[in-house]
Amino acid sequence: MGERGKTEEMKNRRTNVETVPPESDKPQTGLPQARDAMGRPVTTPHKPEARLGREVQARIGQQLRAMYDDVVGEGVPPHITDLIRRLSDQD
Amino acid sequence: MKLDPAIRDQVLGTVPSLRAFAISLCGNIDRADDLVQETLLRALSHIDSFEPGTNMPAWLFTILRNLFRSEYRKRRREVEDADGRYAETLKSQPEQTGRVEFEEFRTALAKLPSDQREALILVGASGFSYEDAASICGCAVGTIKSRVNRARTRLADLLAIDSVDDFGPDRATRAVLAGGGRS
Repeated sequence: MGERGKTEEMKNRRTNVETVPPESDKPQTGLPQARDAMGRPVTTPHKPEARLGREVQARIGQQLRAMYDDVVGEGVPPHITDLIRRLSDQD
Repeated sequence: MKLDPAIRDQVLGTVPSLRAFAISLCGNIDRADDLVQETLLRALSHIDSFEPGTNMPAWLFTILRNLFRSEYRKRRREVEDADGRYAETLKSQPEQTGRVEFEEFRTALAKLPSDQREALILVGASGFSYEDAASICGCAVGTIKSRVNRARTRLADLLAIDSVDDFGPDRATRAVLAGGGRS
């Protein structure tokens, strides 16, 4: 029973891993974190091409959606409504 | 053809997003509206090939993208630097592509290779899954993921919306110089 539950859990976990966007910048867990002389965690300078900060991604996403939704908010232009009505009423 | 009202409503419901996608591909509202119209004509005359219950937006986006691609290929024979021309269109007619506040972002977006731009928009703005975006673009899911990632990285670079902590001041300065183009 316990084993079975665990297997199910692993399956779910695997599915979740696959749906997480690959650009997630969560640090790898389970690795010993490097510390400087003062005992503060040392962040390894990463290649910007490899991963982006979460904040940067969020801002790109916001701007992209704002720009897109600006057009979406205009709805269906009248000439398109007319076109579809005309085409859909033809026999 | 007599169109099932439910299908017609699905088509109508997709139009606003289809139009936003078209504008982001063309960089020009008039051309985009022509493209949307052409897409709908094509779709409604082949409505029998749409399986009810499947993804209407994905079906329409696929048709629009294919039309755009074939038109783009035709034009590329006439115009050598199609991407440059696209950027030029944006620069000369900013008022045609929407509000001024998005101009900087739109200009940066225009500098992306077209396959990266469309992948980013499909996933990041239209809200398609990676799988649907891959089927719309006729490529592998992994290809879409990598295009989206490269698009985001390049945009961050062009817009310099990085924090100093992320990239360092030198990089930010360079990104401003590379992406500014306002002087």
